[in-house]
Amino acid sequence: MPQAKNRQFLDFERPIKELFDEIEKLKQTAEKTKVDLSDSIRKLEDQVTEKRREITQHLTPWQKVQLSRHPDRPYTLKYIDKMCTNFVELFGDRNVKDDKAMVGGFAQLEGQTVMMIGQQKGANTKMRQLRNFGMANPEGYRKALRLMKLAEKFEKPIITLIDTPGAYPGMEAEERGQGEAIARNIYEMMRLKVPVICVVIGEGASGGALGIGVGDRVFMLENSWYTVISPENCSSILWRSWDQKEKAAEELRLTPDNMYQFGLIDSIVPEPLGGAHWDYTEAANLLKPKLVETLKELHQYSSEERIAKRIVKFGKMGFWNEVPA
Amino acid sequence: MNKEEDFEANLAGDEGQSEESKSGWFRRIKKGILTSTAEKKETPEGLWTKCPNCNFICTVTELRENIFVCPKCGHHHRIGSAEYFDILFNDNHYEVLFENIRSKDFLHFTDLKSYQKRLEETWAKTDITDSIRVAAGDVKEHHMVIGCMDFDFIGGSLGSVMGERISRAVDYSLANRAPLLIICKSGGARMMESAFSLMQLAKVSGKLSQLTDAKIPYISLLTDPSFGGISASFGMLGDLNIAEPGALIGFAGPRVIKETIKKDLPEGFQRSEFLLEHGFLDFIVNRKELKEKIATLITLFKG
Ligand SMILES: [Zn+2]
Repeated sequence: MPQAKNRQFLDFERPIKELFDEIEKLKQTAEKTKVDLSDSIRKLEDQVTEKRREITQHLTPWQKVQLSRHPDRPYTLKYIDKMCTNFVELFGDRNVKDDKAMVGGFAQLEGQTVMMIGQQKGANTKMRQLRNFGMANPEGYRKALRLMKLAEKFEKPIITLIDTPGAYPGMEAEERGQGEAIARNIYEMMRLKVPVICVVIGEGASGGALGIGVGDRVFMLENSWYTVISPENCSSILWRSWDQKEKAAEELRLTPDNMYQFGLIDSIVPEPLGGAHWDYTEAANLLKPKLVETLKELHQYSSEERIAKRIVKFGKMGFWNEVPA
Repeated sequence: MNKEEDFEANLAGDEGQSEESKSGWFRRIKKGILTSTAEKKETPEGLWTKCPNCNFICTVTELRENIFVCPKCGHHHRIGSAEYFDILFNDNHYEVLFENIRSKDFLHFTDLKSYQKRLEETWAKTDITDSIRVAAGDVKEHHMVIGCMDFDFIGGSLGSVMGERISRAVDYSLANRAPLLIICKSGGARMMESAFSLMQLAKVSGKLSQLTDAKIPYISLLTDPSFGGISASFGMLGDLNIAEPGALIGFAGPRVIKETIKKDLPEGFQRSEFLLEHGFLDFIVNRKELKEKIATLITLFKG
């Protein structure tokens, strides 16, 4: 977690920043004058907590999108680190290269071996570029599939953590079959013999997200979003302008609440007050029991049952009218 | 590539900027083709068309006789489900299925217009009921089920109705042990259906896996254009993936890629020939040989 002085604030988090600044000032004064100001500081800290609560109570869809992209937000490797033990990262798709935007490996979750896979973003400018902003190339999806097949072979459940603004739209990605790679993953995930849980931990944009998003259970963290296109791109195509992203975010109904209402996800996982970026450990502790409990539940079924249920689950998605013939 | 493709406008429910949609000739003759064979002959004989690739000018009648392939350069004009069904099914005889499944503005999605209004306008100006039509019939000696997209219906966009109609096509395939062919022609997602549109990728993939288990062949024919969710699911999941010549096929659209890499795209990028070269197609098939090729393949699968 970033130290208090290194925290970054979104525009609607300004009131918290002001409190932070005040706390910092009091701390400095206390240091200089050797006067005990801990009471005042504690009061301000309580106000911070209160503000964190207030802010998350009335988030617009666009603000949720902003929170999902918060520069201090924890990413896949952070969750793995906080939730699991004995994580051994595995690299490469055995074909072209290792895609740094997609990570994965075996780990233990409460003593049980699982395969953890997810898109990875970088925490600073240099790492963001290295991770390609969480936008995987076909190699990334093929690496993910390789790891899933490995898990299947050894009968280990799979947990995917989704956090991507989309699959990378580059020339080489097209040359190496971005569409095919995602299609193959979706198809193969549908048929995996082991339990699969998918969690949208940040951004869930389009095929790039679904490419590791087919599972027995799909969860979303409280401040994440999931839909077919980013609000920005949707604005540019449907409104012919980049200025309607807030409106697009609303129209797309991309929040966890909406997705849950629509029956497109199975559960919403709460985050620490104000968002996961306030407390990585707490964020992981809120997710972990949910995963453990769900794995237990999924283990009750045979692999054939799970696959059949998966096909039915996704098969029900959609809305249409049936007019009289 | 001799023109910048703009199928995004079609996805937004507009007619787009391409030569073929701008000239509008196709739509003018469309109703004629769709209504009945008798009326077919009455479509304006004198209507001239210009090939968007080589500028060759000929009459619509000539072009149709050449099954909408430019007599001079071989450019495959964009055609709809009625034309493909005519090409493929014996004596243009087939049964259209699942037409009663219709799009619905479940989310009350409004961009510059409401989705409901867009749907109503689209229904008013075409005879097709959604972006894919499914039909069953005989292709030479084989009973087949064919799903064919119509680009004229909101850019052939992938929404719940396409997902459901394909799912039921798979059920039909399973029940009749009929091979499945899907003819793709789509700009991408039906954005007005948001995440529901995305989930169709998973829905259809799940259904296709049932065909796999039943060992019933599924062929994907990619035509111009086939983008987004199509290529990221059933478009690329055929036992065979084949394409018409010169078709633009990809995951990300050319505009998005250009903006991302800030460079012009090379000639032929994302065309069928490019995909074949990179190993993503089994072969490219000329429309004139399509029926023969499909029938031969099914014979091979069965034999
Ligand atoms: Zn020509």
